Amino acid sequence: MNKIVSLICGIIFGIGLVISQMVNPEKVLGFLNIFRDWDPSLAFVMIGALVVSAPIFHLFKNKNKPLFSSNFSIPTNKEIDKKLIIGSVFFGAGWGLIGLCPGPAITSIALFNVSSAIFVVAMFFGFYIASKVK
Amino acid sequence: MNIVNFTPLSALSGGLLIGLSVALFFILNGRMIGISGIASNFIVSKENRIENFLFLIGLIAGPLIYNLISGNEINISISSSVILLIIAGILVGFGTRLSNGCTSGHGISGISRFSIRSIIATITFMLVGIITVFITGIV
Repeated sequence: MNKIVSLICGIIFGIGLVISQMVNPEKVLGFLNIFRDWDPSLAFVMIGALVVSAPIFHLFKNKNKPLFSSNFSIPTNKEIDKKLIIGSVFFGAGWGLIGLCPGPAITSIALFNVSSAIFVVAMFFGFYIASKVK
Repeated sequence: MNIVNFTPLSALSGGLLIGLSVALFFILNGRMIGISGIASNFIVSKENRIENFLFLIGLIAGPLIYNLISGNEINISISSSVILLIIAGILVGFGTRLSNGCTSGHGISGISRFSIRSIIATITFMLVGIITVFITGIV
């Protein structure tokens, strides 16, 4: 069941990225362009996601176990360290350069866009370097 | 500042679906979704590899299924040079793993948990994204 859930959740997430237009880098850059012509839409993506995920998380986090798995796995790291800040600065810079973050980048593979495919390969290379450095 | 291309309804409905995906994955599989984590664990870790792989396949199948049902074409345009794409891709891949989260992992899952770490990460990458767009708009 775990595997079917993973596939279905991926599909729902991917459709959400398309409908919200997060998958369109121009839309993302428009959101980040607050000093000129600002497109506030993506704030609504976040609001829409949080009004569902936040209450559900807090309703279920103290339950014994998830339906199809032996235990909940919730991040425990609370440290505000250099890695968190430097990593977020790097990510923000890359995000602002093209307008793609990991989810939309992977989803855009379905659109056969050469530019986004190059980005995805570079991104996976970045994942790999980070796994060696950390 | 001018407000342009504002599409609150499609943004909100897409957002609700993303939230639904995060909520279901948590209730059923017990994990909080972070795409950079799922994608990078798929290549560097054996744990949950099949689940991570299937999630990624679902992400890619999403637009195809949407296209089948709605009949709407999905068009994106990226006009950046190859060098810039590679630099940005590496920054996004490396940065999200160093900070353990991206727009989904920190921005949605982390903020849903009211994690201070994630709130700080989200503010940081948004601010740096805004500054980057501001600078690239000048040069």
